[in-house]
Amino acid sequence: MILAAQSPGFLSPSGVEIAFLLVGLVTLGAAVVTVTTRQLVHAALWLVVTLGGLAVAYLLLTAEFIAWVQVLIYVGSVVVLLLFGLMLTKAPIGRSPDADSGNRPVALVVALAAAAALVWVVVDAFRTTWIDLDGPAQGSTKASGEILFRYWVLPFEALSVLLLAALVGAIVLSRKNTGEKEGPR
Amino acid sequence: MHLAYPAVLAALLFCVGLYGVLARRNAILVLMSVELMLNAVNLNLVAFDVWLRDTLHAGQAFTLFIIAIAAAEIGIGLAIVLMVYRNRGSSDVDRLRDTAETDESAPAPGEAPAAAGEKAEATA
Repeated sequence: MILAAQSPGFLSPSGVEIAFLLVGLVTLGAAVVTVTTRQLVHAALWLVVTLGGLAVAYLLLTAEFIAWVQVLIYVGSVVVLLLFGLMLTKAPIGRSPDADSGNRPVALVVALAAAAALVWVVVDAFRTTWIDLDGPAQGSTKASGEILFRYWVLPFEALSVLLLAALVGAIVLSRKNTGEKEGPR
Repeated sequence: MHLAYPAVLAALLFCVGLYGVLARRNAILVLMSVELMLNAVNLNLVAFDVWLRDTLHAGQAFTLFIIAIAAAEIGIGLAIVLMVYRNRGSSDVDRLRDTAETDESAPAPGEAPAAAGEKAEATA
């Protein structure tokens, strides 16, 4: 309560908060369009807007390295992979009427209930909590490299083995037949 | 910055992804929704890491690990979807009903295990 009294309130947002709010609105709107549009390729392109908005949100939270990793990996490779997947499965280019399955109302109810519960709990829990963004950036490349290679080396190496296994698995799965070298990926 | 802003944004993004996983029919759109859910968790991790000023920066390290795991997951997932499409001629998750319990004359589960997880997500 004392902290809440000393901290700025909702009625006097700082510049970072206004920027975060605008970026968050864009991100959320693009996410909603991603899951509701009937044009499959447009869904992938709106996903780019969502992931880019999240990268800007990371920048506003002073996590610079993660923001650029997000741009490189998600916008650069994951979306391209998804577009290749859409092309290889001969997804219709125009408006496809059966993009949503039959359990759409149930999904809507579940999502709205989950959203109401989560937002209520989160707002109730962190109503009087403030992030101190002053001082040096906490997610700069220097800081990230130091913690990653000083404290998290073993998980990092294990993750490289996992990535290698996933690469081999994807190649094995997408080969057409045994003995045939050519694969779509 | 108020901590509620990123936390609420992450919660709403997660629920949008949840809706997409449950409501979409094309398997690749389901994968996109899974990416949305993973990104919501990433935003939460970064926000709480910046708030707590953790000396190990566990949140940011976990975010990097989750990004790598998501890249691996999307590669494997797209390979599975391509295999299902090549075998069935369709990548709609609600047509892969080989292991459904309601089917009395269930055929032998041939390529079904690859699609069983996605079907379970789609009909959950």
